[in-house]
Amino acid sequence: MLLPEFDIDESRWSGVAEAPAPGRQLAVAQALRALLPADCVLSRDEELHPYECDGLAVFRQQPMLVVLPRTETEVRAVLLACRRLEVPVVARGAGTGLSGGAMPHAAGVVLSLARFDRILQIDPAARIARVQPGVRNLAVSEAAAAYGLFYAPDPSSQIACTIGGNVAENSGGVHCLKYGLTLHNVLGLRGCTIDGEPIELGGCALDAPGLDLLALSIGSEGLLLVVTEVILKLLPKPELAQVVMASFDDVGKAGEAVAAIIAAGIIPSGLEMMDRKATAAVEPFVRAGYDLAAEAILLAESDGTPDEVADEVRAMERVLQANGATAIAVSASEAERLRFWSGRKNAFPAAGRISPDYYCMDGTIPRNRLGHMLKAIERMEHKYGLKCMNVFHAGDGNLHPLILFDANRSGEWERADRFGADILELCVQLGGTITGEHGVGVEKLNSMCVQFSPAERAAFFSVKRAFDPPGLLNPGKCIPTLARCAEYGRMHVRHGQLPHPDLPRF
Amino acid sequence: MDSALQELRHQVLQAHSASTPLRLRGAGTKDFYGERCEGTLLDMRGYFGVVDYEPSELVITARCGTSLSELEGLLAQHRQFLAFEPPAFGGDPTIGGVIAAGLSGPRRFQAGAARDFVLGAVLLCAQGELLHFGGKVIKNVAGFDLSRLLCGSLGILGAITEVSLKVLPLPRLEQTLQFEMAASEALALFNRWAGQPLPISATAWYDGHAWLRLSGAPPALRTACERLGGELLDAEAASRFWRSLRDQTHPFFGHASTLWRLSLPSTAPQIAGSGSQLIEWGGALRWCASDQPAADMRQRAGAAGGTALHWRGGTAGGRFHSLSPVVLEIHRRLKSRFDPHGIFNPGRLIADL
Ligand SMILES: Cc1cc2nc3c(=O)[nH]c(=O)nc-3n(C[C@H](O)[C@H](O)[C@H](O)COP(=O)(O)OP(=O)(O)OC[C@H]3O[C@@H](n4cnc5c(N)ncnc54)[C@H](O)[C@@H]3O)c2cc1C
Repeated sequence: MLLPEFDIDESRWSGVAEAPAPGRQLAVAQALRALLPADCVLSRDEELHPYECDGLAVFRQQPMLVVLPRTETEVRAVLLACRRLEVPVVARGAGTGLSGGAMPHAAGVVLSLARFDRILQIDPAARIARVQPGVRNLAVSEAAAAYGLFYAPDPSSQIACTIGGNVAENSGGVHCLKYGLTLHNVLGLRGCTIDGEPIELGGCALDAPGLDLLALSIGSEGLLLVVTEVILKLLPKPELAQVVMASFDDVGKAGEAVAAIIAAGIIPSGLEMMDRKATAAVEPFVRAGYDLAAEAILLAESDGTPDEVADEVRAMERVLQANGATAIAVSASEAERLRFWSGRKNAFPAAGRISPDYYCMDGTIPRNRLGHMLKAIERMEHKYGLKCMNVFHAGDGNLHPLILFDANRSGEWERADRFGADILELCVQLGGTITGEHGVGVEKLNSMCVQFSPAERAAFFSVKRAFDPPGLLNPGKCIPTLARCAEYGRMHVRHGQLPHPDLPRF
Repeated sequence: MDSALQELRHQVLQAHSASTPLRLRGAGTKDFYGERCEGTLLDMRGYFGVVDYEPSELVITARCGTSLSELEGLLAQHRQFLAFEPPAFGGDPTIGGVIAAGLSGPRRFQAGAARDFVLGAVLLCAQGELLHFGGKVIKNVAGFDLSRLLCGSLGILGAITEVSLKVLPLPRLEQTLQFEMAASEALALFNRWAGQPLPISATAWYDGHAWLRLSGAPPALRTACERLGGELLDAEAASRFWRSLRDQTHPFFGHASTLWRLSLPSTAPQIAGSGSQLIEWGGALRWCASDQPAADMRQRAGAAGGTALHWRGGTAGGRFHSLSPVVLEIHRRLKSRFDPHGIFNPGRLIADL
């Protein structure tokens, strides 16, 4: 059921692969070159090539043009020109996204924020950092370290990914159980609307009047505005951190131990799980000292004052033992703590070492369904004839099954794709969500049809149009059109899996 | 569908088709808050009850009419709580009202604001549809974050019928230290301490005294108390004190003058003409009982990088700090899309919206 007030032209730019009209590239390039220094506009095939995809390389599209502005004034000029000429704009950070969010539009411009790479201010008294969006995540904590402060969200990609990308995806990390997601650590931002208007949301104060457009903008995947500056919250670095590593002979038991830790009133600063296939893949690569006989290992970190950590580590050991841990090790030094983590942080590259390709999923489920999910994934491995290794942000119920496949073998990617969609649908059925931190991008458009009703999707389009009336910012991403969902629904009926995806929920 | 929900839906549909405004209301503890708004009463209390609560998931889901006391009582049985300490203002608000207002208490300093704890919400929209946003899990980036947009929306986009909130374990121990010092000294110290790894969960300054609340594991508190000094308050008295700030039953809030709520960078210097003052959130929240002209208060707060909200008392007039034209335009478009006939709390958050 589509409601009249929500009925808008959602599909105008949704075809990201639709080629520009002949002569268009030249005309738009000329318009942009009149506004920017020559080195800021790329138009030759070999220059455009590196921008074809983000971290999810199975989705590729060459853009019409790439622009690399240096100042906010230039960004505004680009947006104004694109609005006038009706050219889609795809903002881009480091391109490490895992859902095709920064994948270009064939008739569009990629607006790279790579040159916005300055940390503008670190104010230790106010505990804030003011940074440009192209600053790498890790660079913030490195700059803040001199003051005993750090920026908490730490995606595994933190050496490469940018703050602008983090804001657009509401990225998490291994420490977000205790310290929150990007949303909880961004105080304000500055950006440009498609009209080229500067806009400021939030700031150095904790509240702002009106609707919380800051919260709405975080995680909006470049569909609402282009971020040009971000104010980040910095936290005092804990005096000490220690990791407890526990082995289990059954993944179900490991899942129960996770719930038991939380139920005991403990919020570890990180609580991660890896299954046997994952530890087997990373161990030869990083030599983290993982127990290769265990079906699953848990990494639980405690941070705080030395007394506090000692206390919490003891409490966690007790809970882990009571829940059937077969071995427990506690990091005895900072070097050992980092070594314990190194395996977890390198799980994705390790998957890339043991398999020609891997497909990383990102659903979230209630923690108490972890065991159920793992068993289901095992059955799916047989169904699709593909292996899957599992790493989880277990504390948040956020799963990263890594489906291993070989894109050069015919049919394998298609199977991996369906395997992934199956996992996501089970996430929704178990009361969870199709993406915990990687975003929808182009990748999970179909799964959005499963999670949201037509009216809910129409509400998302309404938000988009409130910020971006012409619909030019990263079109075709994040929200599936009604037509697309109808098509996906028909396909599914054929597979006999999901009978009525388009019926409203009441 | 539940009959109470059906009734709400019926009223909304009627209002929508007749374009007659509704005034959404829970327990009315925040009737004073925001701009005045006229409309037929839409009483949200009839749709109540905790829908889902699994302590090990750290999430509770409740219908809008559920009372805060019931919800907090249930959480307390499992040694958990709403860490943003929503103010009750001496009454018993509904959880729907708590989220629609989006106000937070003293612990906001450390734990975050109401919106930081919203995981999901169900919106009864103008066309009578129930829209589910967010969910019951801690990490969720599917679609725009509309559940958090609803937090603090004061009902202008629709009626919030259900919310899922993140909850936290109760701190194992809380202790409050009291110090004697001037406001400027307190501001400097609050900011300095906040930059150190100390378990401070709330701060306050009023009338020559500063208070620090420490929350956490006993060993951490022991170390912190040694380091900080000050006088340890009796636990009962301390808990009454923080409650009186949270609910604004502290004598300061009974002051006759106009009460301003200044949201400022925590390091902002003292604001001239701010009158009698109570400082919270490490300096980021300053309550000022001042009869200065509204324009002056707003100008000074703005110059310091913040905003001034006319909280209570004094003559009527714009309550909230004004929005920039770009931001206001986005508000207009959002409102006209979600509530095309302007039936939900017209003018409550922003005059003529
Ligand atoms: C090995 C590996 C590990 C990872 N681990 C994690 C993890 O632990 N947690 C996690 O959450 N993610 C993780 N990711 C995913 C990815 O790193 C994050 O999503 C990251 O935030 C993307 O940042 P980026 O700068 O690369 O953004 P891009 O990929 O360039 O862009 C991502 C999205 O942001 C938009 N965007 C970028 N900049 C702006 C801007 N200035 N204004 C508006 N929109 C903008 C783009 O249009 C796009 O939609 C991982 C990725 C890899 C490859």
